[in-house]
Amino acid sequence: MTNKNKDTLWMSGNEAIALGAYEAGVKVASGYPGTPSTEIMENLSCYEGVYTEWAPNEKVGLEVAIGASFAGSRALATMKHVGLNVAADPLFTASYTGINGGLVLVCADDPEMHSSQNEQDNRNYAFAAKMPMLEPSEPMEAKEMLKTAFDLSEDLDTPVILRITTRIAHVKGVVKKGERIAATDGEISKNPSKLVMLPGMARKRRVYVEERMNRCQNLAETAAFNRIEKGDTKRGFITSGVSYLYVKEAFPDAAVLKLGMCWPLPEKKIREFAGMVDELYVVEELDPFMEIHIKAMGIDCRGKDCVPNQGELNTAIVRNSIDADSKLELFEEVPLPMRPPNMCAGCPHRGIFFNLSRMKVFVSGDIGCYTLGFLPPLSAMDSCVCMGASVSIAHGIAKAVGEGAHDKVVSVIGDSTFIHSGITGLINSVYNDSASTLIILDNRITAMTGQQQNPASGYNMKGEAASQLDLEALCRAVGVKHVYKVNPHDVPETRKVMKEAVEQNEMSVVISEAPCVLLPEMKERKPVSYFTNQENCVGCMSCIRLGCPAISWTTFAEGEAEERGYRKKQKGISKIDEILCNDCGQCASLCKFNAITRKEEK
Amino acid sequence: MEGSGNILFSGVGGQGILLASEITAYSLLAAGHDAKKSEVHGMAQRGGSVTAQLRYGKKVYSPLIEPGQADIQVAFEMMEAVRYLPYLHKGSKVIVNTQKILPPAVATGQAEYPADVLDNLIKREIVVVPVDAFDLAREVGEVRTANVVMVGAMSPFLPVNPEVYEDIIRARVPAKFRDANLRAFEAGRRVSE
Repeated sequence: MTNKNKDTLWMSGNEAIALGAYEAGVKVASGYPGTPSTEIMENLSCYEGVYTEWAPNEKVGLEVAIGASFAGSRALATMKHVGLNVAADPLFTASYTGINGGLVLVCADDPEMHSSQNEQDNRNYAFAAKMPMLEPSEPMEAKEMLKTAFDLSEDLDTPVILRITTRIAHVKGVVKKGERIAATDGEISKNPSKLVMLPGMARKRRVYVEERMNRCQNLAETAAFNRIEKGDTKRGFITSGVSYLYVKEAFPDAAVLKLGMCWPLPEKKIREFAGMVDELYVVEELDPFMEIHIKAMGIDCRGKDCVPNQGELNTAIVRNSIDADSKLELFEEVPLPMRPPNMCAGCPHRGIFFNLSRMKVFVSGDIGCYTLGFLPPLSAMDSCVCMGASVSIAHGIAKAVGEGAHDKVVSVIGDSTFIHSGITGLINSVYNDSASTLIILDNRITAMTGQQQNPASGYNMKGEAASQLDLEALCRAVGVKHVYKVNPHDVPETRKVMKEAVEQNEMSVVISEAPCVLLPEMKERKPVSYFTNQENCVGCMSCIRLGCPAISWTTFAEGEAEERGYRKKQKGISKIDEILCNDCGQCASLCKFNAITRKEEK
Repeated sequence: MEGSGNILFSGVGGQGILLASEITAYSLLAAGHDAKKSEVHGMAQRGGSVTAQLRYGKKVYSPLIEPGQADIQVAFEMMEAVRYLPYLHKGSKVIVNTQKILPPAVATGQAEYPADVLDNLIKREIVVVPVDAFDLAREVGEVRTANVVMVGAMSPFLPVNPEVYEDIIRARVPAKFRDANLRAFEAGRRVSE
């Protein structure tokens, strides 16, 4: 880095939040990976003096942070927006207990669903759980706000949520280093009337929650993070988070009330601002969260009647939705073949989905790289709702269909997702006598979010050896009698086992064991690849139907087949790109014509 | 510092777009500009179309380039040079690696790779700078430097002296690949100068 000042850094929002947590003296941090939140914990784990871990799910992660806070240390939990649904149970009651050491939850929303199954607006959680929520606009502010969040948490005896979105988490900007407060070691201190939420105590704390939120609202009236930026008062804008940046570019001269705290809202300040401007606009992504609460104050404003409530905003959307005649004339898109994401060459999931695509079963899917099994040419996923749902949805389908359903429903889940929330579904399936089949895709890592360790991988977050969950023993322990293990790269052999498992009239589990090709140890292997003996290729397309990015098809021109010595009717030939090939051999296991062979050295 | 602009990087997951956009961002910062860069991680990275958006100027608010406002596009693949046409304007400069990576529908024989795809840009008075980045990378002795060749080919269009990029490459590329990357930058720069 050649910046003049070594304290000036170029960081993503997630890197900046990790630095903020370090500077704030966080002692314990726990979370579950989820785009766009993952890099916060990954970066925080690189700092000395902070304990960091991957929890099996977001509920556990938040509970770990609550425990550390109860012991008097500053604690952080991180998750993506849908992860907060999983963690909502401890969240709502931690609002009542309050904290001992500062407790902050960072939740990363994903408007536009770049890498998510929904675009829920988690600001609603702050309202529902009655706790303050801060919302930064850019990386530097995210770092400073995280520190503010810890101060607020301790001043008001409350957990605080810092809400970011994809365009803060994965945006890089200039960030300045700050001073670090040393982390406080926790100690055992008992305070059961505050921490044991039996109804009698909870009712008392409920009264406190109300007092606290009133105090918080008063503080919001004067806090520096809620600021009026003077300007042209013909139109005034109330905005927060990344939307503030779009407003500043779309209407650079306008008066703006930037709310750094989106809950509770500073009613007096909002009234003051509303009184300053002729026309008041609320510009926010997703739900009309601030708009509804501002309208409930009896303040007239415009918002979602013009600004979209779906997807991300940007400067052009904000400008055009308010000034319809400001639209630029743009070049139109040219129709091009799509380039959707795809499983990697050599991905072990491909063999399983290839087999599933040839079985007459309903495939109940789950969240991970393998959700891409939905895409053609595999097209082998029929539902996908949320983490862990595959198992229980399959059970529900089997129960609804009733007699004869045992060979018609298969659920598919990754190792990390199974541990996250699939285990309870499996227990239910066994307990309530399901006859569906579960396939656990054990690739030794949490892959989609970029290779995070998990309880089955044998390593902890720092890459140190850790206790390794035995998936087969676990399945047997919960009562599954039919547990199979397969090597998914041997496609026909795996097919036989899958068929046997599906035909069982009791719950069965197939564990597909092969490491993710993106694991460092897989990347470091001596390069070996498969190649096509094109003279043997009969153009059957068996290998092409795998949809592997390393295999391509060339259609013959008129008469070309005969010219090149192939059968007259042969339509073309396939070819393996030896540079892209990752040596899995699935195509070779399918080829019946000896047209694919393995060779050393690329 | 005078000047502001919007640079769109586009390509296919795994082509080294991240490093290219980082070198560019660091160079702009070192030359005294403010900058913001936006990327998308997660599912999109698995072999799909990938973009990074970089904006620079005196003070940058939004991390996103508005449609019609990309001044420069660095495209690592020919079709990916055309996919984001609504982001370009007349006179935008598109530095394009003349490589074809077949999308799944083409690789499996269901669709054809569009012929003369760059004509879509040229006929709209967009300035196209074709670069055979792989060939140049091979010439400098390290085929993995194609992304830095692209940075070199883009570099004359930004208000940053070549020495600044070279300093950044020296500081940010592992020692083993440093010289090859410096040569790749020069080779790319010669294409546009």
